[in-house]
Amino acid sequence: MKVLIPGPLRSYTREREVEASGATLAELLADLERRYPGLRFRMIDEQDRMRRHIRFFVNGEQAFDIARPVGPGDSVQIVQALSGG
Amino acid sequence: MAERSKPARARAKTGGGKRKPAARAARGTVVMVATRKGAWLYHGDAGRGGWRVDGPHFLGHIVNHLVLDPRDGRTMLAAAKTGHIGPTIFRSTDRGRSWKEAKRPPAFAKAANGDKGRAVDHTFWLTPCHANEPGTWYAGTSPQGIFRSPDGGDTWAPFSSVNDDPRYREWMGTVQDGTPDGPKLHSLIVDPRDPAHLYMGMSGGGVHETTDGGKTWTPLLDGLEVVEGFDVKTPTFHDPHCVRMCPANPDRLYQQNHCGIYRLDRPSTTWVRIGKSMPKKVGDIGLPMVVHPRDPDTAWVFPMDGTTVWPRTCPGGIAGAFVTRNGGKSWQRQAAGMPERQAWWTVKRQAMAADAGDPVGLYFGTTSGELWASRDEGARWTCIARHLPEIYSVEAAGMA
Repeated sequence: MKVLIPGPLRSYTREREVEASGATLAELLADLERRYPGLRFRMIDEQDRMRRHIRFFVNGEQAFDIARPVGPGDSVQIVQALSGG
Repeated sequence: MAERSKPARARAKTGGGKRKPAARAARGTVVMVATRKGAWLYHGDAGRGGWRVDGPHFLGHIVNHLVLDPRDGRTMLAAAKTGHIGPTIFRSTDRGRSWKEAKRPPAFAKAANGDKGRAVDHTFWLTPCHANEPGTWYAGTSPQGIFRSPDGGDTWAPFSSVNDDPRYREWMGTVQDGTPDGPKLHSLIVDPRDPAHLYMGMSGGGVHETTDGGKTWTPLLDGLEVVEGFDVKTPTFHDPHCVRMCPANPDRLYQQNHCGIYRLDRPSTTWVRIGKSMPKKVGDIGLPMVVHPRDPDTAWVFPMDGTTVWPRTCPGGIAGAFVTRNGGKSWQRQAAGMPERQAWWTVKRQAMAADAGDPVGLYFGTTSGELWASRDEGARWTCIARHLPEIYSVEAAGMA
């Protein structure tokens, strides 16, 4: 499935949009980590919690749990909240 | 690799100009400046009078510490994160020319199901392990934890009983008990005579020592004061801002604490408040502590205003480092070259350092983005950079 990568993480992927697979968000993130080492930890902490300013959307709906199921036809958007200064 | 910065380089003559080069400076000095928006390297010539800037590295990253490994003279580690994505460690094996990201940055152990485990917010402190343990490093984090890397900072694992010991977890307190930027484990110090003998400080949580390589730790708090009304026997209420060991006498420690300046001469376990001899108008509150590389009686502090609501700026807006040459019996102000008034600087605990030259070079960075240097042990100061982001740490090292 297609995964949209936010600007601050494109130093890992070098692409705005990448392909990855998995039956859940957790599996998708594991696949992304295999393809782009180090990427997952910048988004998900060691307790498997989404980091404070990272959001995941599946087909436009926000996902709050990495156990959320996803499928081959889905579109996943990873968003970095805009804040700070 | 996730970060490929191509920092700008520029050369500037910024030193005092007419002085002769230092008698025994390194062939070059590098001053490593970590800021809230990236890192910069300042390469000094042999006389430490001309400086070439190399940066920014990791522009936009919050860099808490940038350290050169003295054991090989070429490995650098940078503790970094941004305001939005998680923490990491960047590594260089060519003195900062190129960088790679750690494969496994410091991270706490995964909590058992149902337990709320801790997550590293950022790595705050980096210390190379013992000289006989090449390539190994310690990291102190926020919230408080110790991690160890066996491979030059590429992979990290929780190191000691501190991270999960229920007693220590209690002493660490909550996020609200730490600094405004989160509670921190810092001042990881390795005894050059014994790799199993370590000290560390926690803000909050006090100073602690291990003699068995981190299997067990003992509080080292006797003689230290805490904020009025709190129990001095409870480590949670202790706030060591910065602890340093004298290279020339590893039995001597100096500490800038939330409640004064202290010295400890082992095997004694009682700190002595040497800040009482500071001028009353200045007081003995501050963040950094710097020791002389060869003279254990000489140390420097950079006082801040710890009155009323704790502005943490130079007392009265009058900048100045203070030096003791007699182990804290007396202190002298060193401010030649600094503004005479209206200097409302804050110098953070990691933002003041010494090199090993003779005379010693001193460096400090302000939260208002100025980098100051002295090549004569504080007698005269020169601003070698301004307009930088908020400076978090300054380290200095000789370059071969």
